[in-house]
Formats: sequence, structure tokens, C-alpha cells
Amino acid sequence: MQSVEYLEKVTKRIKRDIIQLCSANTGHPGGALGTAEIFAELYFSRLRHTPEQPDWEGRDRFILSNGHICLALYSSLARSGYFDVEELATFRKINSRLQGHPSREDLPGVETASGPLGQGLSIANGVAMAQKLSNSDVNVYCLVGDGELQEGQIWEAMMTSAHHKLDNLALIINWNNIQIDGKVNDVMNIEPIDEKFKAFGWNVISIDGHNLQEIKHAFDQFEKNEGSPTVIISKTVLGNGISYMEHEAVWHGKAPSEEEALLALNEIGICGFADDLVLK
Amino acid sequence: MAGKRAGRDGFGQAMVELGEENEKVVALCADLAESVKVHYFAEKYPERYFQIGIAEQDMIGTAAGLALSRYIPFATTYAVFAAQRANEQIRLAVCYNRSNVKIAVSHAGLTTGEDGATHQALEDIASMRAMPNMTVLVPADASEAYEATRAAAAYEGPVYLRLGRTPVPELTNGVGQFEIGKARKMNNGKDVTLIACGIMVERAIEARDILKEKGIEAEVINMHTIKPIDEEAVVESVKKTGCVVTAEEHSVIGGLGGVVSEVLSEHSPVPLMRIGTQDTFGESGPPEELLTKYGLTAEKIAEAAQNVIRKKKNTAMSTN
Repeated sequence: MQSVEYLEKVTKRIKRDIIQLCSANTGHPGGALGTAEIFAELYFSRLRHTPEQPDWEGRDRFILSNGHICLALYSSLARSGYFDVEELATFRKINSRLQGHPSREDLPGVETASGPLGQGLSIANGVAMAQKLSNSDVNVYCLVGDGELQEGQIWEAMMTSAHHKLDNLALIINWNNIQIDGKVNDVMNIEPIDEKFKAFGWNVISIDGHNLQEIKHAFDQFEKNEGSPTVIISKTVLGNGISYMEHEAVWHGKAPSEEEALLALNEIGICGFADDLVLK
Repeated sequence: MAGKRAGRDGFGQAMVELGEENEKVVALCADLAESVKVHYFAEKYPERYFQIGIAEQDMIGTAAGLALSRYIPFATTYAVFAAQRANEQIRLAVCYNRSNVKIAVSHAGLTTGEDGATHQALEDIASMRAMPNMTVLVPADASEAYEATRAAAAYEGPVYLRLGRTPVPELTNGVGQFEIGKARKMNNGKDVTLIACGIMVERAIEARDILKEKGIEAEVINMHTIKPIDEEAVVESVKKTGCVVTAEEHSVIGGLGGVVSEVLSEHSPVPLMRIGTQDTFGESGPPEELLTKYGLTAEKIAEAAQNVIRKKKNTAMSTN
């Protein structure tokens, strides 16, 4: 386990990667920036994984359901050693392994393709069932966006997780209340999220998704919980830390200009890790 | 004739054996266990059987998750609810991931019968074969369904296995070993090629016998694998016969007739007719009466065969 101070630096490294990659190409910066702390905790402290052997059966699994925020995933995979950091620059370009939405067949470390919303939890359930069947202690983490809860398949999968008592599964909801057409609760209200999950038989934890201490505590609670799946409702700010992006739906899928990117990098501040450094 | 059995019975039997032989084989169902004949597996291996409830999209995703963890999941339901209800889940979680999921479906086509058009999948082969990485199997009888199920388990990658609901006589037992992508020739003939899949193989054989009485020798090919299609078998046969009739319990758009047309128009254009539903939904009724009403009979195949033979002769005369 890494300290909060270290993970704060990692968070900045991930956020700098997101801005740099997105600015040089296209992509979805808003949601990715808002989940940088979750990725820092998972990939650089929590997950038992071996980047040099991506198919090691004993690895904890991270299933990204809202594939459009893959900038955060790609940064985390490269920085933890799944592929060369230089390859990040190929994001969204032709012949790249870093597709606009993740492709499992192409890139080591990607557990499933995603992008079409609402499918990740079902896949995570299948992975969690497989671990139970094999008596393995592998944990399964699945990240979804809040707007994604409007997909019907999520509610099918929520029943399945609870019915099959998948206590090796943690679902993280990135609750920033923004989707493409506006505020989630204006487009199609999803609240109260916590009460809905409780009614479905889940272990519910609510946190400030930018507080690394709270994130750590939530995952500790998940690991201790028995007999039910855990949902971590992570309240975040879209475009967190970038003044002109925060809470603005337009930054869901828009890349910053060169000038905007410089401003963003200034606001994030230096992270203390070189641009090409692999963090072990 | 030995007792009739449905394709799904052969599947149910193979699943029980696979369960015994390979502990990685698991099964999922969306509230139709007995209909799909996966209940024998469920009774014998309850810890490897996952009831998902009436939630086919979730079932396909869950199956993909199991496959990504090195299990060999068979996801079972009716054809309509898998290929069509969960189409995009099959595309992303199964095909794009190239996950080792076997989608085994019963109640495909008109022989679903009295349940009517809502439950009669007539477009599923078209949508499944259009997907990259997918293999599509349509066995002709219970023995072939048994063999196809075992072949699907042994094969690494996504498979769509379309099983019949109604009992048919044994046609393939002892004829030969089943191999994915390798058409099964039922008999030799020189005047016309009849290419059929699923329950229409039985009717193609009946059509062959009708044609024999008229002095026409028809070659019958059981095309149990729609994808990858056995191009060589199709081209080789028409080299000899010069004309083709396809027969399937599916729309003529995009299924067996579609793929045979594609192969022949590129490699060896010859007169061809497609027996199948003609861009229409089905309806309620007893299976046999429905097949008759929608033209999926031995008589219609024989009629089409005479038609393409005539066209072949006309073409030969006009070019001479």
C-alpha cells in the first residue's frame, strides 16, 4: 500500500497525461480527470497485478465499463509498466493499440472492451463468479459513470451481483452529475442512488472521490465485507482541478486547445515524476 | 426409421457429457432451462450452472466475464432473445473481445410454432454471421447437434449454435465426423445441388427422392456451418451440377441462401434459387402447417430445382 502523499503525486501524473494526450489528439478529458484519484489508488496501491505478465491468473481485475474515460486507464497502464510510456502518444491515431475506446484484443492490461454503456457490470459479475468457482481470492473492481445507470442492463446486473452474493466485487460509480446533454438529474433522474442499491441488497459506501484517504478507507471496507457486493458512490467533479472545465458538460468529450492545455497543466502543477517515468 | 429427436436433445446430452469431461464447462440460462434442455446439466452440476433470470443482455455479459476467466460458458435461451435482444452485447462482450462464449439457442424459425411470429427467429443467422470472429453452426438433427456442441466446446472462440425445437429423423448418424467449416455431402448427384441447413436438410433429402422419380439426380449438401462457409464444397459441387437451390428455416435475406449467393457470384455464377421465408414474419400454427404455408417443403425445393435446371439449359442454349 502506498501513502496518500505518494498517490497525490501519481494523481497529478495521470491528470497531466490526460491533458497532454487529449490535447494532442481527441478524447474525453472530463470524466477521466475526475477519476484520477481512483485510478491512482487502484493501479499504484490496491491491485495485486503483474504488468510484466498481464495474464497472470492471480491478478485482481479492473473492468472499465465507461470506456470513453480510457485516457485515465491508458495512463495508469503505461505508468505501471504494461507498455511503453511513449506509446501513449499514439492514442486515437491510425494503427494504434490505444483505441478511442478500449480494445482488449489490442492492448495488454485491458480486461474487456468497453464504450457502449451499461455492459461492464455484467462482465464483472461473470469474472467474479469465475473467481468464486475457482476458490480464488482475486477481487474484481468495476467503474461505471453515473449517466450509465440509465442503461437497463445495469439494473439486471445489479440483481445478479446481489443474488449470487458476489462479495468479491466492488462497483465504483463516478458520480459527477454530468452527461452529454446536461445534468444527469435533468436528463433522466437516477437518484437516490444509495437507497436504490441498498434496496437491491448491496453494501453501500459513499465517498468524496477526490479524497484519497476516503477512497482507501472505502476499499478497506469492501475487502472486509462478506455476503454482498459493494458499491462505492464516488462524488466527483467533472474536469476536477481545471478551472474552466469543472462541472461543464462540454468537456465530457472535447479536447483542449494547445493554449487551454498549458493553462490546465499549470493548474494541475508539477507532479515530481518525469514525463517518461514508469512508476513501480 | 429410428425415433425422432430434436436438435436441442442432442445438445442436452452433449452438455452432460462435457460437464463430466471438462470442469471448465459452465452453463447459463435466462429462465428457459427445460426448453433449451440445459436442465440436465443444471441438475448434475449445480455449482457450474448460473440462472440469470429473464435478463438476456446481462446473461451474455456474464458469460463473457466467465470466458475471460478461462471458463467455457454456454449461454442458453431462445434464438430471438440472444441474437436479437442481446445483439450489441454479443458484438462487444463476445465478438470484439473474442471471448470464448458459446451461445446455444433453441426455438429458431417457424417450427417454434404456436407461439407465433414474436418467438420465431428468422433473421438471426444474418445478424450473427455478419459479426467478425463469430462462428455459426446450424445442425440438421439431434446427432449433429450433439457433435456440433462438442466441436463448439473444443473450438476456441465465439460460437452461435442454432438448435431445432421439433423432432426430426436421424439423418447424419454414422455418416461421418463433424468438423466446423466442413460441409457434409449427403449423396452425390450430377444435375442440381441442393444446399440445406438445420431441419431443411431432411426436406432436401425428400426433394432429392421426388426428383429421382423424374430422372433428375440431385446432390444434397448439409451446410451445418454457415460461417466460416465451406466455399470449396459449394464451388466443387456446382462445377459438376451447374445450378443450385438453397433451403433454410430462415429469411432468404442474409442466411444460407445469402452466403451461397455471395460465394457463387464471386467464384462461379450459376442459376440459383433460395427457399426460405420471403422477407416476412411468421405466425401461430402447427410447425408442419407453417412450413407448408411459407413454402419450406420438399415439393417447393424440387420445383425450384427443376426451375434452375431449366435456366441452366436455356443459358447453355443461348450461349451456344
